Amino acid sequence: MTNRTSLFQNHLDAGAKMVDFSGWEMPINYGSQIEEHKQVRTAAGVFDVSHMTVIDVSGSDAEAYLQHLLANDVARLDELGRALYSGMLNEDGGVIDDLIVYRMSFGFRVVVNCATRLKDLRWMAMQTTGYSVAVEERPKLGILAIHGPESIDRVCSILSACGRDAEAETKAIQALGNFRGVELGDWFVARTGYTGEKGVEIILPEEQAPKLWDALLSAGVKPIGLGARDTLRLEAGMNLYGHDMDETISPLSANMEFSVAWEPVTRDFIGRAALMAQRIEQEEGRLPILTGIVLEQRGVLREGHQLSCRSADGTELDAGVITSGTFSPTLKHSIALARVPSNTASCDVDLRGTATPVRLVKPNFVRFGKKVFE
Amino acid sequence: MSTIPDNCKFASSHEWVRLEEDGTATVGISDHAQDALGDIVFVDLPEVGATVHAKDEVAVVESVKAASDVYSPVSGEIIEINEALLDAPETVNSVPYDGGWFFKIQLEDASELDELLDADAYAELCEDE
Repeated sequence: MTNRTSLFQNHLDAGAKMVDFSGWEMPINYGSQIEEHKQVRTAAGVFDVSHMTVIDVSGSDAEAYLQHLLANDVARLDELGRALYSGMLNEDGGVIDDLIVYRMSFGFRVVVNCATRLKDLRWMAMQTTGYSVAVEERPKLGILAIHGPESIDRVCSILSACGRDAEAETKAIQALGNFRGVELGDWFVARTGYTGEKGVEIILPEEQAPKLWDALLSAGVKPIGLGARDTLRLEAGMNLYGHDMDETISPLSANMEFSVAWEPVTRDFIGRAALMAQRIEQEEGRLPILTGIVLEQRGVLREGHQLSCRSADGTELDAGVITSGTFSPTLKHSIALARVPSNTASCDVDLRGTATPVRLVKPNFVRFGKKVFE
Repeated sequence: MSTIPDNCKFASSHEWVRLEEDGTATVGISDHAQDALGDIVFVDLPEVGATVHAKDEVAVVESVKAASDVYSPVSGEIIEINEALLDAPETVNSVPYDGGWFFKIQLEDASELDELLDADAYAELCEDE
């Protein structure tokens, strides 16, 4: 069965090319993916991400439950609206999903990927044993992400057109720091996203989404498809679940170490024991890493391309593989994430039968419209 | 989608070929092909002077989505390539039947054109996809 968001007609009206995305009929672009990408880097664009799964967690044990469920520690959320990125791991330390969790007045709000919805819900339900907690999917909520240097001003400019208390809400939204959010009646507005630009995500009752969408478009915000969403996130060095990591990959091999809260050592989160063992492998150099790769000549790196890897002394190492690759519209050459042996000093990619040298860089290519690697 | 020009013949692999007044032929990819590929970011062209056979892989198109081979719809010698595409590959997206041409070819056997699809047959093929 194909799902549609409440903005389906708005996408068609905007000239979207619709594709199947994990069972959802979603806009891949509205003409040119590259133009949409540039729009977000230079001005403001809006994405319909209502296909993502919102799960609310409440009850007296909500915090303890999430401290067990997630590799990151929700106790770090020291104020309402604050957001945290985390992996949800299995007992082997593999990544079941990556997600954002917010502290809310009622408990916590978790936003997970749409492709992993069913397994996530099952896993989260299974882990509730012994906790006084309610885990509730919120399928009637829509999500709009508005990103780009002008995004927040544009959002504030249309609040009154949406029948909202513009003065108070503008103040609240303008005051938000990165990874902070605020509940504004039936809207939740947070400075989170997947583009490496300033912006907000607005979670709201889905029937209100078309009006917000129309108001944003009238204010000069352009609709952005999932195609540009992918090139934007890759330029920002952000992982895509099912490509850059999955249940067979340790977060330590997926640039997710920052999201593993080792302290306090008494916090017994799922996967902790396995991660401790993987940490030893990592110290001994036996755990692969996820690195950034750039190809500064013609050609495009693609997921699945093989890499021949060498250490600093020229020794041939195990093969690496591109986990996400694309053409970077900002840099005008190809960029990729690749999993390679940790002591890789140089590598070649097999491009249509030709061994082509590529450069290893930190996996973060563009932030706030500018190149960030050396 | 724009109309399919009726002065072109088409391969089922979505290349067009147009017979010019001087007896040479111009080759490109169809509007349907560029639309399916999305934004084109690199084009690799054959070498001038190369002899190719119908259905040979002669060029490569890289879009944001995928790399795609381009096959020559006819046999002959490559006499000119559209070097402007090296710096402005997006021309293939904007004007696939005009400035977005790939190469010109001296036909070895003009009767090969008869084996290709005309505009109507090609339109039908695109609809079925």
